[in-house]
Amino acid sequence: MDFHTFLVIAVGAIFVSNFVLMRFLGLCPYIGVSKQLDSAVGMGMAVIFVMSMASVVTWTIYTYFLAPTPSNILFKLFMGSQGTPPDLTYLRTITFILVIATLVQLVEMIIQKVSPGLYRSLGIYLPLITTNCAVLGVSLLNIDSEYNFIQALVNGFTSGIGFTLALVLMAGLREKLELARLPKAMQGAPVAFIMAGCMSIAFLGFAGLKF
Amino acid sequence: MSLTKEFIKGIYRENPVLRLMLGLCPVLATSSSVSNAIGMSAATTFVLVCSNFVISLIRKGVPAKIRIPIFIIVIASFVTLVEMVMAGFFPALSKSLGNFISLIVVNCIILGRAEAFASKNTPISSIIDGLGMGAGFAFAMILIASVREILGAGTWLGFPLFGTDFEPIAIFVMSPGAFLTIGFLVAFLNWIEHRRSAS
Repeated sequence: MDFHTFLVIAVGAIFVSNFVLMRFLGLCPYIGVSKQLDSAVGMGMAVIFVMSMASVVTWTIYTYFLAPTPSNILFKLFMGSQGTPPDLTYLRTITFILVIATLVQLVEMIIQKVSPGLYRSLGIYLPLITTNCAVLGVSLLNIDSEYNFIQALVNGFTSGIGFTLALVLMAGLREKLELARLPKAMQGAPVAFIMAGCMSIAFLGFAGLKF
Repeated sequence: MSLTKEFIKGIYRENPVLRLMLGLCPVLATSSSVSNAIGMSAATTFVLVCSNFVISLIRKGVPAKIRIPIFIIVIASFVTLVEMVMAGFFPALSKSLGNFISLIVVNCIILGRAEAFASKNTPISSIIDGLGMGAGFAFAMILIASVREILGAGTWLGFPLFGTDFEPIAIFVMSPGAFLTIGFLVAFLNWIEHRRSAS
């Protein structure tokens, strides 16, 4: 439990294996909501919040309800800690996606109440956070990397920051790109992809970064 | 619309990846080799066809307000099935695709087709629609994976294509190559469309 571990996780999640540019998670909003800086920032904030919450909730559910460990609550409750703990890990996909869908609904209601302007500008992309693979991706990654509770929270939060960083950088570039004269076939998505490729090359420079 | 048309539209005109820009994450992440691309397309198509079928069967009984959670549960069940079958019978493929098998559940193509097609049409045409969209997805995946594997590793489906003195462009099997490949591919298709509408 030291600061060093958190720093390694944070730098890893933001730069070395950036969610969008290195892991290819959350590409739909990356291409879809990156046309304006304002909505990109809003989307980024929503994703950071949902990813942190989702990390915490899915980690807790996995560790105490699905994993075959003696601390499994269902094991204690129904089997009185006798015999072998049940292995329910195959239910993780279906459980996680339901939890995430509920969380997104909550965030949507909060944003609608607190900031109607932001709600309008995010448009259809807010409900789409449910099908944003970054959120489910970070939940699964926390489990695969065998993080503990705090590490999972740090990973969720910083992965969200990494996503927002890539999204905001892209939005800034695309606002400038509106003024550029491009061949007709390149306009819109194709040039966004090629720019993402260039950004990805830049982020490759962080590979192998050690502390 | 006839069933053949239903099938054909998914391959080119409404290709989910190259024209509608849906489900990009698995396309870019698992297209570094053709064998991965085939495995991923097979898994996605299976889930797409099965979920389309089940959703169109239950479409009249599903209340409109909670349809999305219900669709997601149907999709997630099939994804869990695929996950278990793949881990049991193709452990190597399952390992190299990693979490992207579980992530089929959030593939926008599947939920998109459930919402836009299967919830409004008969089971038979929903199956055909799923097959067509799956074929379109596979077509795009294999196309992108071929470009990346040939340029990035000098092989196709693992067979070496060039002599020993071929120097592969390693960046194409790494992450930037995926973005560059799909960018130029979509631009090329746009160019063809512009030419066609101009003439």
